[in-house]
Amino acid sequence: MSEHATVAVDTTAPLADVVPVRGPRWYAGRDATMVYILLAFLAYAALSIPRFASPVTTGFLLLDVVPTLLIAMPMTLIIVTGEIDLSVASIAGLSSAVLGVAWASGTGIWVSIFLALGAGLLAGIFNGVLVAYVGLPSLAVTIGTLALFRGLALVVIGDNAVANFPNEITALASAKLGTSGIPLVILPVVFVVLVFGLVLHHTAFGRGLYAMGYSKDAAHFVGINVGNSKFWLYVASGLVSAAAGVFWTLRYTSARSDNASGLELTVIAAVLLGGVSIFGGKGSIPGVLAGVLLIGSLNYALRLGRVSDVVLVTVTGLLLIASVIAPSVSAAVGRWRHSQRLRRHLARDQGAEPG
Amino acid sequence: MSIPRTTHTKRVGALTATLAAAALALSACAGGGTTPAGSEGASGSAKTDATITFIPKQLNNPYTDVVLGGGKTAATAAGFATANVVGPLEASASSQVTFINAETQAGTNAIVIAANDPDAVCSALDEARTAGAKIVAFDSDTNPECRDVFISQVVAKDVALIQTKLISEQIGGAGEIAILSATANATNQNEWIKFMEEELKSNPDYKDIKLVAKVYGDDDDAKSFQEAQGLMQAHPNLKGIISPTTVGIAATARYLSTSQYKGKVALTGLGLPNEMRSFVKDGTVSEFALWDPAQLGEVAAYAAKALVDGTITGAVGDKFTAGDLGERTIEDGGIVIVGPPTVFNKDNIDDYDF
Repeated sequence: MSEHATVAVDTTAPLADVVPVRGPRWYAGRDATMVYILLAFLAYAALSIPRFASPVTTGFLLLDVVPTLLIAMPMTLIIVTGEIDLSVASIAGLSSAVLGVAWASGTGIWVSIFLALGAGLLAGIFNGVLVAYVGLPSLAVTIGTLALFRGLALVVIGDNAVANFPNEITALASAKLGTSGIPLVILPVVFVVLVFGLVLHHTAFGRGLYAMGYSKDAAHFVGINVGNSKFWLYVASGLVSAAAGVFWTLRYTSARSDNASGLELTVIAAVLLGGVSIFGGKGSIPGVLAGVLLIGSLNYALRLGRVSDVVLVTVTGLLLIASVIAPSVSAAVGRWRHSQRLRRHLARDQGAEPG
Repeated sequence: MSIPRTTHTKRVGALTATLAAAALALSACAGGGTTPAGSEGASGSAKTDATITFIPKQLNNPYTDVVLGGGKTAATAAGFATANVVGPLEASASSQVTFINAETQAGTNAIVIAANDPDAVCSALDEARTAGAKIVAFDSDTNPECRDVFISQVVAKDVALIQTKLISEQIGGAGEIAILSATANATNQNEWIKFMEEELKSNPDYKDIKLVAKVYGDDDDAKSFQEAQGLMQAHPNLKGIISPTTVGIAATARYLSTSQYKGKVALTGLGLPNEMRSFVKDGTVSEFALWDPAQLGEVAAYAAKALVDGTITGAVGDKFTAGDLGERTIEDGGIVIVGPPTVFNKDNIDDYDF
């Protein structure tokens, strides 16, 4: 009696009346969206917040985002592989403490900076070995080292603060390029961004990271050395975090164990806002750059408008949630419309046959 | 299974959703985005369009709220056109710097700051001064090179002397007393106790008063309560207790008020009026002391106005009038002392809310 024939239909095939977009991605992708939002916000702030549009803003704003921007680079690569590093701010604190103690004990400033970077490198190696070679989950390892490195910072410098850094060096940390208001320190930061951008987007190593983010096993089977890749990412993260710690110390002319505390969350928020998927496999450096700058300028504009920090945290939180939800919602909407069309198609096709 | 290919629909959807999020953020900024600041006018005579901004160690701290309440009221009374409060949510060393930067850019005439780190705020304050702002530190000093004046709450010795004076009055100048302090290594408390001991030894008025014990309640309510209990058992002839800590005095008062010693053993020290009100009213405590945090804000606001008007420069010996509180002089190191601690009793305690 029942004559319901099962019709074999490939539900993944593009439908006849939907034209797939195959053009250049740069104007419509997730990173491009972030850049548009950033530009829209900057335009809005420049028009509606008095004094926002001035070289002074450029200077202060860029100086504010330098630590976040630096650490966001290795963090992007790490999150693209589906891992995480929560210990970055503690590494910055540790390097700040080492720099302070070394300088206070009479070591030359450049040697002290070198030692501080060395401490970060060791911290990164420690994380890297545990995650990459021992194979422990990065979340657990770096929650542990988040506390461990901050504790070490406290052991190194105690409750003291070292503040008497040489003026030439601290002035360098906040020096501006001529009258443009752009801080000098942006030059090395741009270099770091370029390096990480090129590595992620234009090398086999970088493409391997995306593969790892989708599936570690698959990545392993196509010949990517998953362990080594992860190890070097954590080493880079340690080194860059230490550099951020050195910058932090010199900019605020104060080496303390609690420097940069809580920064890891700002960094991760900016990275996720920039379109990197927390599950790995998706994300790009330009998007993250826009994410960091968006959070930074939002921060600065709100402070210039004397809006309470409570609002700031709330707005950042909402933005983050929205940025995570938006792709899922639009994907769901897309799927729903796809299945609607599919039903219409099937109905049309089946209408010709006897029911 | 199916990874949705990029279609127009998807992109439009993503764009809409993300723009909606951005619009949300923008409207949040618009709420407080425009506060007109005074333009730079002629210096010298009293300015009527001057602006002042308070930057506390952190926001939402009850003690700080009282200081800032006094400061904002006094700022308006002193003649500032607008008074703002901005600050970080957590009291970390560098968190105040971006606020100082924003104020510098806003052209604020006076910045009143309680520094979380004396050095971390320095270069930012220097930039603010270069831009023409006057810097007043209060509560917690910055590096002296980075501010014009520092408003200090009280002189440590005054705090000690007022407590010995109060206990002496309450026990009739003779008998055994004890001290219930915070922790054994608390800097403030130990300094006060040292001054108290010296005063008890050297002042002939106190020759019949004997300090029999010093105990430590660790600023923990339960521990302080037990220590008070222990004091009464160990020293049956005890006439009075000094507790130079707000936690200790409240816990001791709670113990005394429910014990047989209520009204017989005197209690004084440093307490918060809101916590002590019921004990003052039920007769457990007759008088105690504390500085009035609001006065700290008031003196800071008047000092800032005098600096902005150019009537003082921050030099030692400069004098200015702090409204109803009267004249204040800048002492060595650019420090201004707010004044002696306030004594609270049943007649005036209802005038204070902190």
